[in-house]
Amino acid sequence: MSAVLQVEHLSASIGGQQVVEDVSFSVPATGVTAVLGRNGVGKTSTIKAILGLVERSGTVLLDGEPIDREPTHRIVQRGVGYVPEDREVFTALTVEENLRLAVRDREPRRELVEALFPDLVRRSAQRAGTLSGGQQQMLSMARALLNRNRLLLVDEPTKGLAPKIVTELATALQEAARTVPVLLVEQNLQVIEQLAQDVVVIDGGRVVHTGPAAELLGDEAAVRRYLGVHAEQPPTARRSDDDAPGAQPPTARAAEEARP
Amino acid sequence: MNTPTSTPTGAADPATTSDARPEAVRADDGAPGGAGATGPTAGRTGLRARLAAPPARARGAAPWVGAAVTAVVLAVLPLLDLRVPGVLPGPTYTPGTLHLLALCLLYGALALSYHLLYGVAGMLSFGHALYFAAGAYGLAVVLQRTDLPLLTGAALVLVGAVVLANLVGAISLRVTGVSFAMVTLAFAQAGNVVARRNIGGWSGGEEGVGLRTANVPDWLVGVADTRNVYWLALAVLAGVYVVVTWFQRSRAGHVVEATRENELRVRVIGQQPYLIRLLTFAVAGALAAVVGMAYLLLQSQAVPTISSADLTITLLVMVVLGGVGSRWGAVVGAVLYTLLDQRLSVFASSDLVQGLPAVLHVPLSEPLFTLGTLFVLVVLFMPGGLAGAAARLRQGRRRR
Amino acid sequence: MSITVLLLITGLGLGALYFLVASGLSLIYGLMGVLNFAHGAFLTLGAFIGFEVSRAVGATTWPGFAVAVVLGALAGAAIAALSELLLIRPLYQRHIEQVLVTVGLGLVTVALYEGIWGTDPIFISGPAWLDRTTSVLGANVPNDRFLAIGAAVAVLVGLVLFLKHTRYGLVIRAGVENRAMVTALGIDVRRSFTLVFTIGGAAAGLGGVLASQYFGYVSAHLGGTLLIFAFIVTVIGGLGSLTGAALAAVLVAVPQQFANYYLGIGDLIAVLALALVLLVRPSGLMGAKAA
Repeated sequence: MSAVLQVEHLSASIGGQQVVEDVSFSVPATGVTAVLGRNGVGKTSTIKAILGLVERSGTVLLDGEPIDREPTHRIVQRGVGYVPEDREVFTALTVEENLRLAVRDREPRRELVEALFPDLVRRSAQRAGTLSGGQQQMLSMARALLNRNRLLLVDEPTKGLAPKIVTELATALQEAARTVPVLLVEQNLQVIEQLAQDVVVIDGGRVVHTGPAAELLGDEAAVRRYLGVHAEQPPTARRSDDDAPGAQPPTARAAEEARP
Repeated sequence: MNTPTSTPTGAADPATTSDARPEAVRADDGAPGGAGATGPTAGRTGLRARLAAPPARARGAAPWVGAAVTAVVLAVLPLLDLRVPGVLPGPTYTPGTLHLLALCLLYGALALSYHLLYGVAGMLSFGHALYFAAGAYGLAVVLQRTDLPLLTGAALVLVGAVVLANLVGAISLRVTGVSFAMVTLAFAQAGNVVARRNIGGWSGGEEGVGLRTANVPDWLVGVADTRNVYWLALAVLAGVYVVVTWFQRSRAGHVVEATRENELRVRVIGQQPYLIRLLTFAVAGALAAVVGMAYLLLQSQAVPTISSADLTITLLVMVVLGGVGSRWGAVVGAVLYTLLDQRLSVFASSDLVQGLPAVLHVPLSEPLFTLGTLFVLVVLFMPGGLAGAAARLRQGRRRR
Repeated sequence: MSITVLLLITGLGLGALYFLVASGLSLIYGLMGVLNFAHGAFLTLGAFIGFEVSRAVGATTWPGFAVAVVLGALAGAAIAALSELLLIRPLYQRHIEQVLVTVGLGLVTVALYEGIWGTDPIFISGPAWLDRTTSVLGANVPNDRFLAIGAAVAVLVGLVLFLKHTRYGLVIRAGVENRAMVTALGIDVRRSFTLVFTIGGAAAGLGGVLASQYFGYVSAHLGGTLLIFAFIVTVIGGLGSLTGAALAAVLVAVPQQFANYYLGIGDLIAVLALALVLLVRPSGLMGAKAA
């Protein structure tokens, strides 16, 4: 099976602190590959390192071509869509402006986005800052789905959202995954069960397990060991302990945006 | 008299001043990448450079021996007949040369006080000139208008400067980063306006205030006594150096340095970043005021330019030239700048420069053009300034 | 009454000059996180180039003045663009060094201007209309005030339209909010760095020509004097906010004129206003938004 993305010996640091250490895995050319792990183990940093949003070293190949020395915007232009953790929509811009900014293709897939997220069409003149969390997440995902990508990097899309919205987003993601391979960071085991075919488990900045998703989810002891939760525990109950202060490494934005 | 005694955490902690502390060593050495590491928001490059810094050199009394030897050499200069053509205007015992050297020493001391703000605490102030001017103007006005003896007057002015620094600091430190820079700049500008406009007839407008010598001891007054003023300047520099070193090694110094890197972590260990920053700001202001008073005795007048933003920018240039975070770098940067400024002015009016075609003669006749260009080049190509370059040299030699 | 009107319009004129400097400062800071200490130098160059051009073409004619305005703005734009490309860009992401390099550039350029044009102010004249006054509600207001106000309003409207209705404007507004995310959408944000520098430089250069009319002279320190007040305006308005800068320019300059006339302490009022705003609202009047 060919891989769309190969990550070899990837390390990343933020503010001089190593947050990802010698990570290697590959993403198959179809389907959803989920990145799992406890809070603060370096999942988000791995995604950011692939995109060049944090300082990184190692090899990253996109369809066999190295992208580990390219600036972020070039990597994205090669056809990598990114849905960041915490949405990061531009709050001062309208929904329509957010979408317009994201367009790279000559013929963006407006119809697809409008079909997946009809709510956004109705709110196109609304400022993104006034949207609800779920709507912002849809907008963030819509930005990535507008273009025909070779790979989607999706970071915790369901974080902190109500179950109904989680279902809606998962469906949209499933729809998207038919045409583009997805690397998905996710904590919600139900969503993983629904979408993922493979998993990569990260702990302490390293890859500790790779394999088919079903196999891992079937092994309750492994789930507990790697993720520190019971597989049968309702996924929404875990959300509250998300982002314990200090547990999360500083985000790349904090480091990047540090201003005099 | 001495603000640092109000340090809430008391005197220097002996356990942390030993040679086992890489942090203190780095501050002394100005490790490579110092400039990057010491801005108010040290970027990742700076931190990485710090992690990559060479291991701490074993050091005990060594830096003090070096400083003491330097001080002794400087102290005997007025008794010697040394000539350094091109650098000094004449033999070292002549009043003209001693005056220039004293100016170098005072700027060294002033740059050191700025180092405490910017190099140690990472506070990019554009208003440090305010406290320097407060010292010079304050003492000039006190001597002009009262019959207080010099030392009493100086003590009074110092108290005033400490109050001023605390007031301005208390407001400015409500914001950080660029806003802090702007607020300090604005306050200094206000001081500059007061000085220039002669509000209330105290500051003498553009002429400034002269030094009334009635209550100044005779040994500090005459041209022939320049060497006494020179020794005074040396004493001020030595005193400021000791205070700055001591402050850096005190608990407060460590905490403020930690605040620069990670404010949250400082909060977590139960310290108040705001108060410690304010303390640092006030200490730096008090030191600048002391230097300002010595400056008045040297120059015999206080003029509005010493309160301008340009003076603070000059200090920033000195500290960056020498290497941000390095004490001796700040002093060397200041001495180098002052000498260059003086010598370039002489060079500019020389026949050699005047005879050049306009393309060369126009820029070369402006010392600030040359100094500014030098500064830009250092920022672009020599991170860590002189101290950084010296550290790289040492490192290279050790590897061989 | 006539004094009040005169002070008000003169204050607005001064505010217009502040805005021409502060608009660029604010956009540059908002997008790049760089406080540009060389911005005054851009203004001064605009003023000197305007002076030289109008002298060559005919300082007192309208065509001469128009050419001076255009070339002054172009000179500001050119020096700003070059500064960004040659000095700021190599220090990408190192904000402190970027600020330091603009400080150095400010020193170098002022020294150079002094070398070329001397240290004393050069008194200038423009088209005769600018030296005359217009009667407004009994006050004889010098016409150059109206010119400055008109130009600042035009620049404000132009910039707002540009930010709202062009692709580059969209990128700049987004970049002010979250630069990293703009690059993560596949946009080379550095190109807009050069653009905001160029735009800011043009506004400053234009401001230079108008300021020399307003004050009646050009000097190497023209920009430096205005820059300090523009900094105050920028911080009060909220770093990165264009409308904030416009509002703050008026709020600083008008009281400054009144305080100068009645109390002689106008400059202190500006500082006081800054302290007050920061005590009440540390992020300035309008936070960080591009438009």
